[in-house]
This record gives sequence, structure tokens and C-alpha cells, in this order.
Amino acid sequence: MELVVFFITAVVAIAGAVAMLLSRNAIHSALFLLLNFSAIAVLFLLLRAPFLFAVQLIVYAGAIIVLFLFVVMLLGAERAEDERDQIAWQRPLALGMGLLLLAEAAFVFFQRSGTILANPGSVSENFAAPDKIGVALFSAYLLPFEITSVILLAALVGVVVLHQRDTRSGRAADRDVLREMSTIAPEPTQAKTR
Amino acid sequence: MIPISYYVLLSALLFTMGVLGVLIRRNALVVFMSVELMLNSANLALVAFAQKHQDLGGQILVFFVITVAAAEVAVGLALLVTIFRTRRTTDVDEISTLKG
Repeated sequence: MELVVFFITAVVAIAGAVAMLLSRNAIHSALFLLLNFSAIAVLFLLLRAPFLFAVQLIVYAGAIIVLFLFVVMLLGAERAEDERDQIAWQRPLALGMGLLLLAEAAFVFFQRSGTILANPGSVSENFAAPDKIGVALFSAYLLPFEITSVILLAALVGVVVLHQRDTRSGRAADRDVLREMSTIAPEPTQAKTR
Repeated sequence: MIPISYYVLLSALLFTMGVLGVLIRRNALVVFMSVELMLNSANLALVAFAQKHQDLGGQILVFFVITVAAAEVAVGLALLVTIFRTRRTTDVDEISTLKG
């Protein structure tokens, strides 16, 4: 029974990832990524990690995907990118290197599977119950937990600073940057005449 | 119980797809989504190993990875919006000012 659920979820996750890669529309990509994240959340549940199941759904499927969708719609970037690549052999090379990476990962895993898959002895069904994770977070992992709050604050401040462009000095600085870029980078027409 | 190697193989597959997305796609937003896919596949492997070794540390690490990923997405998307305002494009091939 569990195996059936696993295989269905795995197929959904892989289909979501492939569809995300292939869809031309960025909004469709984001929605397929949502499908993939939800499938991975179900896999967390199968791995007896209910806390991470909830976190995955709330943070990834909830917050991050919504952020992506907002930005895609804000930029109007959902239009298709042109078919041709600037480098013609980029796509086949990427495919080959991806397959190589996959083969390498599988080889290393099965080469060392003897030590990796050593039996832990006793297997408890709910070793990762949410209350145990909470106790661990606030005892053994208290310092990293507090540092995480600093990271989130830094991200918050960074985003606000990046978007603070409505002040006069910000606009002037932008104009300066643009002027510098146009003087440093030669105009394409000039480059051709030379 | 499902063998742990199934989860690890699925995780490797998803990671490879994320790498392919970064290498092939040129819309910066989709490249960013592919990075998220890679983070998620690594999370899956971590949870699988945590379950196998009955070690809570793996799941705690996944919790931190998710937190940092959320911060990273916020900053990264803000950077993308700023780049789009000045360059009017999200194509990574067009953003080549540093190319020399």
C-alpha cells in the first residue's frame, strides 16, 4: 500500500519537474513547481516527518510559490523566450552533463550503500514527532535557530533597501549608474563601424 | 517500509532536473525555480537519511534549509525586479554587463 502511494507520488513529482522545465510560460512553470512541492510534501509524510510536511506546505507551497507568481505577473515575464540559443550546442551539452551527474550520484550511492544503509537497530515510528523537533530546536539547536532569525531580518532589510528607489537620491544614483554604463559599454553601432 | 534507495534515486533525479533547468532555460525566473527544485530534492534525501539513521539532526537541517531558502527567494526576487527595472528583460543571456 505504502509502495503504491510512493510510486504515484514519485511519478507526480517527476512529471511536475519535467513540465516545469518544458513549459514556455513562466506562470505554468510556477504552478508545476507547486505540484512538485506538494508531491515532495507527501513524500515527507511517507517518511514519518509530519512537521516538515506542514512546513513544506506552508513555506514552499504557500509563501514561496505565491511570491514567484506575484513577481512573474508584476514583471509580465510570462511571455515565451525565443527558441534559439546564443550557443547552439548548449542544450545537448547540458543534457549530457546532467545525465553524467545523475550516473555519478547513483554510482557513488550504490558503491557506498553498505555503510550508508547500515541498520540503525531500533526503528521508532514517531521518532520525529513535532514535539520532539520542538524540544531539539530549543535545546541542542538553539544557537542556529537564533541565527536564522538574524538571516530573516537581514533578508527583510535587504529587500526593503533594494526597493527603496522613490527617494530623489536613489533616482539620481540610478541615473549616474545608467550614464556610466552607457559610457563604458561601446554602442553596438560604433563597434560595427570600427 | 519503502527502501531508502528509492527516495535517494528520486532525489537524484529531481536534482538533475533542477541542474538541467539552470543550464537550459534562459528566463531568470525559471532558472530561480530550478534552484528551488534542487534545494527541495536535497531536502528529500536529507529526510530519507534521517529516517534511516533515526537521527533528528537531518530533519532539523531541512528546517533550516527551508528557512534560508525563503530568505534567499525574497532577496533573489527583489534583485530580479530591480534588474528588470533597469534592463527591461529577464533573459539571462541579455544580462551580460560583466562580460568584459
